[in-house]
Amino acid sequence: MATTTMSFLGAIGAAQREAMEADERVVIIGEDVEANVYGTTGGGKSRKDKGDFLELFGANRIRNTPISEEVIVGAAAGAAMTGLRPIVDLSYSSFLYMAMDQFVNQVAKNRYMFGGQASLPVVFRSAMFYGLSTGAHHSDRPYPMFMNVPGLKIMVPSTPADAKGLLRTAVDMDDPVLTFEACMLWGLKGEVEEDEYRIPFGQAAIAREGTDVTVVAIATAVPEALKAAETLAEDGVSVEVIDPRTLVPLDSRTILESVAKTGRLVVADPAHRTCSAAAEIAAIVVEEAFDSLKAPIARVTTPDTQIPFSPAIEKPLYPNRESIGEAIRRVTGERGASVPESPQGIDDELSTQAHR
Amino acid sequence: MTSPDQTTLLEMQRRMLRIRRFDERASKMVKRGQIPGTVHTSIGQEAQVVGAAMTLDDGDYMTGNHRSHGHPIAKGSPLAPLMAELVGKAGGVCGGKGGSLHLADFKVGSLGESGIVGSSIPIATGAALSSKVLGNGKVSMAFFGDGAANQGCLYEAMNLAGVWDLPVVFLCENNQYALSTPAHTVTSGVIAERAAGFGIAGERVEDGQDVLAVHAAAQAAVERARSGGGPTLLEVVTYRYNEHSEGLRLGTDYRNAEEKETWVGRDPIAQFRRHLAQEGVATEEELDALEQEVLDEVEQAFEFSQESPYPEPEVAFADLYTEPIGA
Repeated sequence: MATTTMSFLGAIGAAQREAMEADERVVIIGEDVEANVYGTTGGGKSRKDKGDFLELFGANRIRNTPISEEVIVGAAAGAAMTGLRPIVDLSYSSFLYMAMDQFVNQVAKNRYMFGGQASLPVVFRSAMFYGLSTGAHHSDRPYPMFMNVPGLKIMVPSTPADAKGLLRTAVDMDDPVLTFEACMLWGLKGEVEEDEYRIPFGQAAIAREGTDVTVVAIATAVPEALKAAETLAEDGVSVEVIDPRTLVPLDSRTILESVAKTGRLVVADPAHRTCSAAAEIAAIVVEEAFDSLKAPIARVTTPDTQIPFSPAIEKPLYPNRESIGEAIRRVTGERGASVPESPQGIDDELSTQAHR
Repeated sequence: MTSPDQTTLLEMQRRMLRIRRFDERASKMVKRGQIPGTVHTSIGQEAQVVGAAMTLDDGDYMTGNHRSHGHPIAKGSPLAPLMAELVGKAGGVCGGKGGSLHLADFKVGSLGESGIVGSSIPIATGAALSSKVLGNGKVSMAFFGDGAANQGCLYEAMNLAGVWDLPVVFLCENNQYALSTPAHTVTSGVIAERAAGFGIAGERVEDGQDVLAVHAAAQAAVERARSGGGPTLLEVVTYRYNEHSEGLRLGTDYRNAEEKETWVGRDPIAQFRRHLAQEGVATEEELDALEQEVLDEVEQAFEFSQESPYPEPEVAFADLYTEPIGA
């Protein structure tokens, strides 16, 4: 199996190109998609680069939209109900709120309330710009809100390979999918299969095997949990890191099997603490695997405060290797061993993709 | 533009009667406790609904609103599954999961009514985007009321449809009241004139009780859409006879009796019947027979709605996704 090194963002672009090539019903609509501003609708960083989507697929299938999230989301739903398979680029996840009625009352409900008459093969992409000093209006991680809306599927990939494989699946699916990409991961490089492939929803990845404690981690918390696991391995603590990859559907079986093995659970989730994905995962484990637990579950989340602008006070808010490491020590009873300093909170090599 | 032929004229009357008798029956059923919840009738607005919907081809799309029964009926949906849906039966057009507010019959291009005011306008706009991208020549029509005319999504939709030349008709059913609130007290300017701000066609049909006037204006809008001329905002002035919803008892008299009497005196169905007789399209006997046929059809729909079983409990979990998850 031949692989190539690709950035997270490059993988998204590759998946979009493959999907556009595979099916003429796939269209991309969104703000600034024609100019390839975010680098997922072209071959490179600019329109001049080979592989420009507008040139490849034409203005009928690559459409700039006005800044009108409500009609973008609703029109994509209506188009999906009548034969297209739109990929909608909503740029920032914080902008999803502008279209809340369409997401909740139309996108999520139309198949159900019309008794299965409607199919909604539509993907809504958005990026979470947290950790990049974009301030309170651009830093949201709102996937848990949408987990509370039955009818939507949700993917939160953390590697280039997963981003590409899951996005292909999402486009093929006849249900609406919301993808939440952590912008801090956009520059992350990884090996990606050269051939087309798809990763099924509802199948967690075991990012690292271990026996002492299970860490379920989401988005940027995945690489941070892996760093913490590396350090703790030196102290003889064996950490299993699970990346659910999709939150709806959630692969609770893999999580429960892991907890049955380790008896301990840390959930690392960059969303706000209350009603976070971490809260849901913790609740499932308590309900289904209480007898396996040797220690209380620890949640490592963003505290219930808004996101400040200043990097000095923003960066420490999100789950990082230190806070995840501390939680692991807490649940395993290991104390005192050192964790490498990371004053910026999350790994700086990931933090290079802010556009504004 | 061609005037409707005799068959079409009679079909207009038939569909207006279908809506009237269906809604009269539904109103009765609410009062007798045979329909859970409530319904919003189109009684009085039949010319506006039928005149507009009958300009659409079978394959064209349509979305609606909470005043929801008239649209699918006017688009040609059979009555029995609609009635069964109102009752919450398995034989309902949505299997009992939508109810009155969320009727949809995709077989006739009815992409769904909406309980959220204005919310289905973007859906119709998206259906028009499909037609445009796929080049299949289909037109889409969004029915919404004067209340929805003050929702922001209408203006987002008009702008998008305007800039992309989408084949969509925004059809404002101005029945002059948003529940108890007179439209003119919450609406600045004339709704139809708002089209000008988006550089799209706008027209106001002053006599929305005249099915032919509505039909002519809607036909021009649909032809414009189908021929690549882009969207139209069509405002049709009409009047609902009943309360906002059946069973609603408001303590205030927000509409005076005289006003209602005037509108009832211009009843769209009675007027059109006279027109059909005068023009020799049908005899009085034939028109009587038509009325009876529709009454029989509504009676059969009622019987179907009573005989159809309630959905099985597991239906509450079906159709959320194409395949169940988390099982």
